[in-house]
Amino acid sequence: MSTKAATQPPAPAHDPNRRPTPGAPEKAGQPLYSREELTRILAEREAWTARELAETLARAPRRKKAFETDSGIPVPDVLDPASVPEIDYRRDIGYPGRYPFTRGPQSTMYRGRLWTMRQFAGFGSPEDTNQRFKYLLSHGMTGLSTAFDMPALMGYDPDHPMSRGEVGKEGVSVATLRDFEVLFGGIPLADVTTSMTINASAVVALAMYVAVAEKNGVPRAKLGGTIQADMLKEYIAQKEWIVGPRPAVKMMCDMIEFCAREMPRWNPVSISGYHIREAGATAVQELAFTLADGLEYVQLLTDRGLDVDSFAGRLSFFWDVHNDFFEEIAKFRAGRRIWARALQERFGAKKKESLLLRTHAQTAGVSLTAQQPYNNVVRVALQAMAAVLGGTQSLHTNSLDETYALPTEDAVTIALRTQQIIACESGADRVADPLAGSYYVEYLTNEMEKRALEYIHRIEAMGGMLRAVEEGFPQKEIAEAAYRYQAEIEKGDRIIVGVNGFRTEGDEPIALLKIDETVARAQVERLRAVKAERSAEKVKEALGGVERACRGGANVMPPIIEAVKAYASLGEVCDVFRKVWGQYREDGRF
Amino acid sequence: MSQKDRTLRILVAKPGLDGHDRGAKIIARALRDAGFEVIYTGLHQTPEMIVAAALQEDVDAVGLSIMSGAHMTLFPAVIDLLKEKSATDVTVFGGGIIPQDDVPRLKSLGTAEVFLPGSTTQAIIDWIRANVRPRAAA
Repeated sequence: MSTKAATQPPAPAHDPNRRPTPGAPEKAGQPLYSREELTRILAEREAWTARELAETLARAPRRKKAFETDSGIPVPDVLDPASVPEIDYRRDIGYPGRYPFTRGPQSTMYRGRLWTMRQFAGFGSPEDTNQRFKYLLSHGMTGLSTAFDMPALMGYDPDHPMSRGEVGKEGVSVATLRDFEVLFGGIPLADVTTSMTINASAVVALAMYVAVAEKNGVPRAKLGGTIQADMLKEYIAQKEWIVGPRPAVKMMCDMIEFCAREMPRWNPVSISGYHIREAGATAVQELAFTLADGLEYVQLLTDRGLDVDSFAGRLSFFWDVHNDFFEEIAKFRAGRRIWARALQERFGAKKKESLLLRTHAQTAGVSLTAQQPYNNVVRVALQAMAAVLGGTQSLHTNSLDETYALPTEDAVTIALRTQQIIACESGADRVADPLAGSYYVEYLTNEMEKRALEYIHRIEAMGGMLRAVEEGFPQKEIAEAAYRYQAEIEKGDRIIVGVNGFRTEGDEPIALLKIDETVARAQVERLRAVKAERSAEKVKEALGGVERACRGGANVMPPIIEAVKAYASLGEVCDVFRKVWGQYREDGRF
Repeated sequence: MSQKDRTLRILVAKPGLDGHDRGAKIIARALRDAGFEVIYTGLHQTPEMIVAAALQEDVDAVGLSIMSGAHMTLFPAVIDLLKEKSATDVTVFGGGIIPQDDVPRLKSLGTAEVFLPGSTTQAIIDWIRANVRPRAAA
């Protein structure tokens, strides 16, 4: 799958002594219902099936031959205690903020503090995005979230030929520390938390954030926020890369190690299911591949000799929330349980924080439709509600216009108001994990857990996720699922309102945000000015330091911070990675 | 088999930096299942790389898939390069996250058809059958 590069770090031999992730318990130690009661319940169910159900079906058959969730979990006519006979309440469900955290990572959940409403923003020039940040903060948003443009994400400066037509289009354009100074100008970095959605070039973005904060007198230890920096999912799904999987994962482990030492309030990775799902994965695949990514990072970091409790508490997650309401809620619950058990039983984590799966969530961009765009407001509201009932720690709600372009200010405001309505008006904030004990939700939680663990064990048998990614395994599974989903829509087996059902002619056009080419010119101009002002000598020396760290295997973070402080550009630092490890390319398999 | 009846060869291409290849891969597979010969470029292609692949593979049409908003720059760049190489008989069509307003301009610049979000693979297959002809023998 990868092209050969100059000096790839050697592939570690698969260690047969690696401990496997524990499976789901098969039998209840202390079942919720006695064997006798379950027998009576089953007899009652059989009587109902033979009588009430049979009588109804004789008059009016089911609408479909079989019902199943979007992931293919069968949904029977009714669920009852006998559908979840293996549940042991204290072992499997328990209490919020208590192992295995099925009900949520905190004991008070939203009774203590609401989730963080964090709308992803970034477009055009650093000035444009700085203004949008200030607008959102003044409307009650509680954390910043930065989208970068494609050149920045792929490690190119705005003046690079690969950046043609892309500068400022999908996010903010940044090249040097000067751009970060404008982007975060006037924002109190010690008080807000900032999320940065960037992966392949994340080491450079974090270095610039540290540098801009220190210039403003805020020490790095005080910075709170999250950087996505989840490289395995890039090769699986989002496909933003510079070098191959091994050196890329090595650099992100450097960053996690650096943050464990120097930035105690920073989440150095957001292990992301979002992009995996958007690329076409089912909810089960999203859950499985994301957790397998996370377990691989923990394995690699403990292989470095790090104490699992020194970093595991800062690992954060990022789920997609799609349309299948109950399955999505079950995914959040199952994810927390699998993670807690794996960290405790497989890695021997002792601190409670190490066991918690804390997550951001975003409504499913891929579920939005260009047809009848106002319907998207309703889709987003339902998905956001599922994230809240699933117990998310932070949430981004998509805007109705995002099938066409980045959102306008009006569209973003409706999306933010949707969260505020759920928080203030729906009552969903009143109790932790309100759907616990629902036979259906507990059944789905168990099924999600079982099916995800099957995938996780399969990946571990392949030698871990890094190896599985190199073999193209998750990529192939996702492409299959995406093709099936599209075929279901085209055959009419799956109805998308406004697309293949309930259509209207001549949709009203909606207002769209457009980024013109003046941003590209201004950004190229600013880069040229910075390059003219800075000390070429210092930059050369600092980039030499980055190269030595890359070749020698030292932690790359400290020399990259030095380089960006000397105003080396993001493209220049990433060119060092390319020089050392080679540009990664994927073949054209489909 | 005569020139007229030969199987159409289609290049599915991903110009630019965005890595959203879900649509491109679904379309490549659907076109193959419909009986066309399909070549997929893989990700992150420059217009130069796409045109070189189109000529080398002797394709009859190029389908461009783009989600990053760079379509107004990259679609015309591919068409202009094909012109430079005197390969104007290669049909160029495309799709992705493209606002309706941009479609007339893309068409006036030489894009034969633009498929917007929600288009079915069948609609694309039907359009190719109706509109793409095998290139004249070189």
